[in-house]
Amino acid sequence: MPVVMDAVRIAQTLTRIAHEIVERNRGIEELALVGIRTRGVPIAKRLAAAIGEIDGHEIPTGILDITLYRDDLMRHAVGPQPLVRRTEIPFSIDDKRILLVDDVLYTGRTIRAALDALIDFGRPKAIQLVVLVDRGHRELPIKADYVGKNLPTSLSQSVQVRLSEIDGRDEVEIQES
Amino acid sequence: MKRLLKGGRVVDPANGRDGAFDVLIDGDRIARVGRDLPIDIDTSVVEIPTGFVVCPGLIDMHVHLREPGQEHKETVATGCAAAVAGGFTAVACMPNTVPVNDNAGVTEYVLKKAAEANMARVYPIGAVSRGQKGEQLADIAELRHAGCVAISDDGHPVATALLMRRALEYAGMFRMVVIDHCEDQTLKGDGVAHEGFSASTLGLRGIPGEAESIMVQRDVALAELTRAALHIAHVSAHQSLDAVRYGKTRGAPVTCEVTPHHFVLTDDMLASPRPYDTNVKMNPPLRDDMDRDAMLNGIVDGTVDAIATDHAPHHYDEKDVEFDRAPFGITGLETAVSLSLDRLVHSGAITLARLIELMAVNPARILSVPGGSLSEGAPADVTILAPDLRVTVSVAAMRSKSKNTPFDGWQLRGGIAATLVGGRVVYVNESVNLRM
Amino acid sequence: MKKDLLAIADLTREEIYLILDTAEAMREIGLRPIKKVPTLRGKTIVNLFFEPSTRTRTSFEIAEKRLSADTLNIAVATSSVLKGETLVDTAMNIEAMAPDMIVLRHASSGACHLLARICKSRIINAGDGMHEHPTQALLDAFTIREHKKRIEGLKVAIVGDLLHSRVLRSNVQLLTRLGADVCLSGPPTMVPAGIERCGVRVLTSVDEAVVGADVIMMLRIQQERMQGAFFPSLREYFTVFGMTAERVRRAKPDVIIMHPGPMNRGVEIASDVADGPYSVILEQVANGVAVRMAVLYLLAGAPEMD
Repeated sequence: MPVVMDAVRIAQTLTRIAHEIVERNRGIEELALVGIRTRGVPIAKRLAAAIGEIDGHEIPTGILDITLYRDDLMRHAVGPQPLVRRTEIPFSIDDKRILLVDDVLYTGRTIRAALDALIDFGRPKAIQLVVLVDRGHRELPIKADYVGKNLPTSLSQSVQVRLSEIDGRDEVEIQES
Repeated sequence: MKRLLKGGRVVDPANGRDGAFDVLIDGDRIARVGRDLPIDIDTSVVEIPTGFVVCPGLIDMHVHLREPGQEHKETVATGCAAAVAGGFTAVACMPNTVPVNDNAGVTEYVLKKAAEANMARVYPIGAVSRGQKGEQLADIAELRHAGCVAISDDGHPVATALLMRRALEYAGMFRMVVIDHCEDQTLKGDGVAHEGFSASTLGLRGIPGEAESIMVQRDVALAELTRAALHIAHVSAHQSLDAVRYGKTRGAPVTCEVTPHHFVLTDDMLASPRPYDTNVKMNPPLRDDMDRDAMLNGIVDGTVDAIATDHAPHHYDEKDVEFDRAPFGITGLETAVSLSLDRLVHSGAITLARLIELMAVNPARILSVPGGSLSEGAPADVTILAPDLRVTVSVAAMRSKSKNTPFDGWQLRGGIAATLVGGRVVYVNESVNLRM
Repeated sequence: MKKDLLAIADLTREEIYLILDTAEAMREIGLRPIKKVPTLRGKTIVNLFFEPSTRTRTSFEIAEKRLSADTLNIAVATSSVLKGETLVDTAMNIEAMAPDMIVLRHASSGACHLLARICKSRIINAGDGMHEHPTQALLDAFTIREHKKRIEGLKVAIVGDLLHSRVLRSNVQLLTRLGADVCLSGPPTMVPAGIERCGVRVLTSVDEAVVGADVIMMLRIQQERMQGAFFPSLREYFTVFGMTAERVRRAKPDVIIMHPGPMNRGVEIASDVADGPYSVILEQVANGVAVRMAVLYLLAGAPEMD
């Protein structure tokens, strides 16, 4: 199956997004990053580091587990409940510009859940969406503000993002399922 | 009318018979037992299939028929129907009815119901004490005269040593055995299960074996003192059997019985297969492996004199409650023979002849009632066993009004082919090939 | 997970750890400004309590509300029992209204098993007689793990009325399953027969039992036990088994003292111990909510087939 992004491409892409973020958000002290578990988390951390290098500011970074907000919970006749892990947002999101970070944007349902979850933590000034890959096929009216790569896919394919922090290497691969 | 049971294996320990014999029944009596008996014109011949066993009618010396007063659980009629389906030609019923059988009125009522049912013979057991309250003796002569064959406060122990002594002395005068449900009430407390690992982990209050054996020891001592016949009901604890054994070596007139559930099951049943199954709640409780093995040993070595069921029917509503609120007891009439054949005879522990002793000869002797043999001139109470019949216990098929048994679905080897009371066929098992 | 949570005895090691790990995530919800997630929206949970209980019922109710379930409290003050309604009838009536879960507290051991047999609803045991109180043991384990970072290999002393305690039975099951070294101590009149077969030691001397303990867990003494001649007087009980500062000193220096509540100060535990630096008794209460949220969440999914 084709690897559509390798480690170098991923690094370049995240650096570019970091620049875009800095350009579009004057007054960076209002910014905060929140990565969606699982792979949104390392991406958010990498972006925080990249933005720090550009701007010199340390941007608060949090972790969001959206399991308890999923719209497909309790709908399955079989199988155990999805694992819930801890949400860690160690700062107030009130009046912040939140950059919500995930690896792949697909149906939009995860983002919907994440928006609901975030709102329970306070009232941010704005929420912007950052994704490494947008593979299309949206089922909800959701659009990313920063996209690493638009990747046209068919419904029979799946997009696998691997990150060294979790998977031991960086790459994005399309798989036929 | 005469009926010839032809070609079966006759097991009649009272007459030392075990082999191929014919049994000729004339009216309500056994006329002759012998080989190749001649056939008269007015004799109907019943061919007994190979492997079937003709034996004296089995006697269950410990059942609860619930009538009068608790007819929703059982009646004399349904209990007797269950008895004959279980191979019993006679049952002795305990006095803990409502009202208690402590007077001739209740005894006569039970006997009247039994006559109407006209299935198994019913031998009422009268109360030791008035109202089974453990205070004053019941009118024992009156009970005897009305037809009671023994006295017991079953359901409760005979409360005090003094009352037990008096009961033994007084009933001995009428050659009536005193049957005691041995249980030290203070030691039992509010226990609901055998005190052991299962009850401990399930959080059920325990009843130690000593709650039983302490009173067995008391009773054995009193039997020795009074020289009056004592029978210990439903022994469950190994310590109790030791006490009975000791009494027998001393020549005390003591006998005892064990129920099938106490020689088959253990308190493991509390936890599995169905945790807190109220159909494994009985009194005395199912005990541990050691006790169960002791019961088997007692059956083998002769310490145990009788197998009795303690048939204790309860309505399903009454059992479908929290374990500690459920009444004690299970039914037994329709499972006893299969369990005994499977677990005692087929296992090789005892012979068929010994089983007949335990279930017919000895109960008749202990209660001093007719039966227990196929002697010529004896009542024609006959049980025909199918010792190799594959039986699947099914509560749906049971004749008892209540279905509270833990054996539902059990597959056992050995069952009943037919039952005759007073020469009359009162039960034929439709699943065996026997034309009566 | 099985359909119901009836006993720790039914749980595997992995399931216990899953509950504890999920509880870690659930605890964070209680720290948010809006302490509520939509997870169990539209689920109906009946808290059916046949015994008075403030702590456990409140804890379950908060857990249910934090997961957005619709909750209903039924305290059967033995009123319908007096009217003659059986547990089965009460349960069938509640079941007819199709709740998703029933949290049951009942004075009879095995009452939850009875309910589980007749109800489609998931049954959670909130304490059945002397049998088990699984969520209590889970929150105890959660609290221990938080302080000690592990459970395996810890020395845990459990002291008090062992015979009548469902907390004891659940904790013995859980702690031995997770590899703790469990030592029980209580008057010989209140030791369940054969409990050693669960893999625990029983010592009558509480002074010996607490030596080197990482955790001391106290069990409640009920005053009515005096009538059963289990012990002569509360004062004497305190002298022989009460947890005093002096006894605590025999344990490890970083020992934690636990109590499932409600405490009898001056009977099983001295006030200076209950309120002292080793006491984690209020943390147990706090953790109870997170652990019960985890149980509710995990049971709300599809049941595992047997």
